[in-house]
Amino acid sequence: MAVLSVEGVRKAYQTPAGETVALRDITFSMERGDFFSLVGPSGCGKSTLLSIIAGTMSPTAGQVVVAGEPVTGPNPHIGYMLQQDNLLEWRTVRQNVLFGLEVRHDLTPETRERADHLLETYGLSEFANSRPSQLSGGMRQRVALIRTLAVNPDILLLDEAFSALDYQTRMEVTEDVYRIIRRERVTTLMVTHDIPESICMGDRVLILSPRPAVIRQALPITFDLPVRSPARCRGLPAFASYFDYIWKELGMDETHEDAVGSLAGESPVSAADQAP
Amino acid sequence: MLVLLLLWEVAARLRWMDSFIFSQPSRILRTYAGMAGEDLLYHVQVTVTETLAGFLLGAAAGVLLAVVLWWSPFVAKVSEPYLVVLNSLPKIALGPVIIILAGAGTRAIVFMALAISLVVTVLEMLSGFRDTDPGALKMARTFGATKGQIFRKIVLPYNIPTLFDSLKVNIGLSLVGVIAGEFLVSRAGLGYLIVYGGQVFKMDLVMASVIILAVVAALLYEGVALAQKLVAKRFGHS
Repeated sequence: MAVLSVEGVRKAYQTPAGETVALRDITFSMERGDFFSLVGPSGCGKSTLLSIIAGTMSPTAGQVVVAGEPVTGPNPHIGYMLQQDNLLEWRTVRQNVLFGLEVRHDLTPETRERADHLLETYGLSEFANSRPSQLSGGMRQRVALIRTLAVNPDILLLDEAFSALDYQTRMEVTEDVYRIIRRERVTTLMVTHDIPESICMGDRVLILSPRPAVIRQALPITFDLPVRSPARCRGLPAFASYFDYIWKELGMDETHEDAVGSLAGESPVSAADQAP
Repeated sequence: MLVLLLLWEVAARLRWMDSFIFSQPSRILRTYAGMAGEDLLYHVQVTVTETLAGFLLGAAAGVLLAVVLWWSPFVAKVSEPYLVVLNSLPKIALGPVIIILAGAGTRAIVFMALAISLVVTVLEMLSGFRDTDPGALKMARTFGATKGQIFRKIVLPYNIPTLFDSLKVNIGLSLVGVIAGEFLVSRAGLGYLIVYGGQVFKMDLVMASVIILAVVAALLYEGVALAQKLVAKRFGHS
């Protein structure tokens, strides 16, 4: 049975000028342990889709089913990780990790132990009593991930979770996070605007069209590697061909260009693609 | 400081300035000696007690009101114009009203201190609450935090520094309120001593009281600053 299924989701906003359709008809499903990346031109509604899955926003039509239950609001099945780590400076690292459990009234000796175990597994136990400001950017992001995993979600949503980091930290964190997610076998849906990142982390890349968005393609990604890791993927020839393919798919075709010509400024990906 | 005192003393002795109006250090010292012990201490104690009462009431009521306004955007929208006007209104002008409301006594004085610090606290805390890091709020919401949880776990701790900034201003404001109150109605306190000294042309007494007042003000401020340091240590705010 699918852990997550998104069924015919549509999202429209009412504006003074009329109705703006952000998501037209989104349908896909994920099995336990899947890792999907979601890419699309900027402003196409990727984050909107994530908010709908998380239950912080409701769809205009269609529904999202998580672990057999339709999503009606924020629910304990979902862990949501944002771009900023948003660690609370007045709490220690351990207290930050326990934040989600506290909010959900789920602080038991078992959940505490699980949190401590996660800190230990991912090399943070010696910093458990430190303040977030004493950690490096990469470590902070790892703490934020553990905070999200501590509530034991069925599905992990990553919303541009690494884009606030500088390049080197980003490589390091992607490596870490990938390892953690695979090891914990969490079903993950990651929104990103970084094509290489979408390829080297995902089992499948969902390519969204410009607004009003539909899923243009669900591209399976396979690498011929005994042990897959983001850094290793980057060096392979297959990586370059996936990259070219997605790059082209993201470019708007003629009809779309006419339809959304006035929005061209919002789609740097496609604009860059048109350049020689 | 020492040079200044010396200069003051010499200037007064040589009649460069009128020691009747400006007094002089030696006469101020004599005044202290004259009132020595309980009398002076009593007046200081009255003023400090009144100030602390007004300060604590003002801080508590101010924070409470700010919480209500944060909680309910509707109430905030309705009451904000009034708050802004009240904020710029010199509260001392309300003196007579307060005296009639609270009676001519300690209660009126504490009320005055409260009136002066209350509105500032409300506005400052409310703007602090609203400036809470939106990222932290969003993070809390992704875990399904309720409004109450968001307030207790994010907004309030985030604004501990705001609270202390506002307390530091308030302790001074409360003192202003108390002195103004003592000018209007009182049988005791440093404000009373100053007014009394002025009425009977005992400028030594006025100067002596003003100096004590300055010391009291500095000590009260330092008290708040110390409390801030202790709390900062506890909560890891810098």
